Amino acid sequence: MYYDVILSGFGGQGVLLMGDILAQAAMLENRQVTWMPSYGVEMRGGAASCTVVISSKKIGSPLAEEPCGLIAMSKPSLLKFQDKIKSGGLLIVNTSFVEPEMITREDLKKICLPASEISYREVGDYKMANAVLLGAFVSFSRVVTLRRVEEALDVFFREEKQKLLPLMLKALQRGSRYVLEMDGGS
Amino acid sequence: MSERQILKGCVALAEGAIAAGYRFYFGYPITPQNDIPEYLSARLPQVGGVFIQAESEVASINMLLGAAAAGARAMTSSSGPGISLMQEGLSYMAGSELPGLVVNITRIGPGLGGIAASQGDYRQATRGGGHGDYHLIVLAPNSVQEMYDLTIKAFYLADKYRNPAMILADAILGQMKEPIFLNPPPLVLPEKPWALTGARGKKAQLIKSLYLADGEMEQHNWHLYEKYRRLEREEVLVETDLQEKMDVLLVSFGSCSRMVQSALDLARSRGIRVGFLRPISLYPFPQQAVREVSREVGKVLVVEMNTGQMWDDVRLSLYPGCRARLLARPGGGIPAPGQILAEIENLVKAGDGIDESVHQA
Repeated sequence: MYYDVILSGFGGQGVLLMGDILAQAAMLENRQVTWMPSYGVEMRGGAASCTVVISSKKIGSPLAEEPCGLIAMSKPSLLKFQDKIKSGGLLIVNTSFVEPEMITREDLKKICLPASEISYREVGDYKMANAVLLGAFVSFSRVVTLRRVEEALDVFFREEKQKLLPLMLKALQRGSRYVLEMDGGS
Repeated sequence: MSERQILKGCVALAEGAIAAGYRFYFGYPITPQNDIPEYLSARLPQVGGVFIQAESEVASINMLLGAAAAGARAMTSSSGPGISLMQEGLSYMAGSELPGLVVNITRIGPGLGGIAASQGDYRQATRGGGHGDYHLIVLAPNSVQEMYDLTIKAFYLADKYRNPAMILADAILGQMKEPIFLNPPPLVLPEKPWALTGARGKKAQLIKSLYLADGEMEQHNWHLYEKYRRLEREEVLVETDLQEKMDVLLVSFGSCSRMVQSALDLARSRGIRVGFLRPISLYPFPQQAVREVSREVGKVLVVEMNTGQMWDDVRLSLYPGCRARLLARPGGGIPAPGQILAEIENLVKAGDGIDESVHQA
C-alpha cells in the first residue's frame, strides 16, 4: 500500500494541521508515514502546503513527484499543483474559494465541495473547512479510516483547544457524508 | 519500548540531546534550524537545563568551549553562515581536546545562499573547517529516528574521543515529521578527570591549545593523528543494502539518500540489480566498506545535493578499476527518484568502462 497526497491552500487555512492529523491517523493504523511542509518564506495569507506519504513499507522520498491526491483550498494552490497529479488520481477542491472552471485536468477523479460554506453553515465556524475536506478525502480514498482520523484528533485538541474537538468531529463527518451522498463519485 | 509518536526532525534531535544528559544550550537564531532553539527554550528549563541565546555564533561556540572545559555535555546549533563563524572556536576545541556537539542544519551556500535543503557543507564538515590538523566527528542522519539516535551517539563519541562532534542535516530532515520511538539508552556520563571544576583540595589543571616548547606541538599533532586513526578503525557507521551480482552500486547520504531509496525500489521493481551504501559517519568515512563493496560491482553512482563533495571520498575509496559517476543537484535542487532511476538505467546500458563524469540531474 502506498499513497502520497499534497494538501495545499493559504497560510492560516489549516493545511499543515490537516496533514498532521492525517499522518497521526496513518501512524495509528501502523503505517509508515512522512509529513513534509513546503519550506520557504511562508506566512499567514501566503501559500502553504505539505506532503503526506503513507505506506506499508519503509518510505524513501517524503516528497511527491506525481501525487496520488491533491487537496486544494485556494486558487494558487490548485494552479500550482494540479498538473503534478498522477493520471487517474484524486483532486479535491474547496469551491468556496476556487471556481471549478479552473480545473484543467480531465483525467482525474474530482470532488468539488464548498468546504468553507459547509463549515460555516453546518458546523458553525468557517475555520473547520480543513476538517470537512479531510473527511471527504479519507472517505473517498480510504487511505485511512474515518474512525482513525477521529482518534487522531485527540493529540491535537487537548486542554484549552479541547472545546474545538466537537466542531472538528462534526466537520469531518460532514465532509465524509458529502462523499457518501455523491453519485458514486464524479 | 515507548509508543511511536510523530515528531519533527529538529524536535527529535533536541529530545535526543536531552536523552544524552545534555543540559546546556548556547545558540544564535538562523533559519532553517530555529525549531531547535525554539523548542529547547521551553524544554530545557523543565529538566533543569540552561538555555542561552548568545549575542552571536562566535559567542555561542566559545560558550560551548567553556561549558565543555568545565566537563558539561553542551550543544550549539546553527546553519551554514553561522557554522562558518564558529570555525575558529571549533579548531580551538579540537586543539584543546574538548568534546561538544555542533548541529548544522545546512543552508545553500556559498554566502548567505538560501534556506532550502543542500549538502554543500560536506567538505567543510569532514575536513575540519577551521585551521590546523584536525577532524570533527560527523554523523549524518537520514530520518527523524536517526535525528534522535545519532544525536545521542554523537555526545558519547565526543566524550569518548574528547573531540567536537557535528550532526550534519538539512531543512528536509529538520522540518520533516515521522513516527519515532523515544527510547533513551541508560544515561552513562563518563568521568572527566581533566575537566576544570575548581582546584580546591587538588592540583590546578590547564586546558589549552597553545604549545610553544620545542617539538611539543609536533607531538600534540601526532597524538591527535592517532586519535583520528582510532576513530577510523573503530567508529565507522554505514548502512548497506546489497544484492548478488549487482549492476550498479548507489552511494548517497543524509536526506538525499531518501530519494535514492525510492529510486532503488523503482529500479529493483524493474529487475535491475542495485545495491545501496549509505555512509552514516561522514567522518570517519566508511572507506573500507566502499572498497569492499565496489570490488563486487564495476559501476558506482554517487548522488548528492551539491556539485560533488562526498564524491571525492568515494573515489579515494573505490576498488581499483571500479568507475564512479556523479548525479548532482546543488543549490536547493532535489534529485527526483525518476531522475535517479534514469541515470541508473543509463549506467546499466553503458557497458563496462564508463567515463568518470559529473551529470547534472
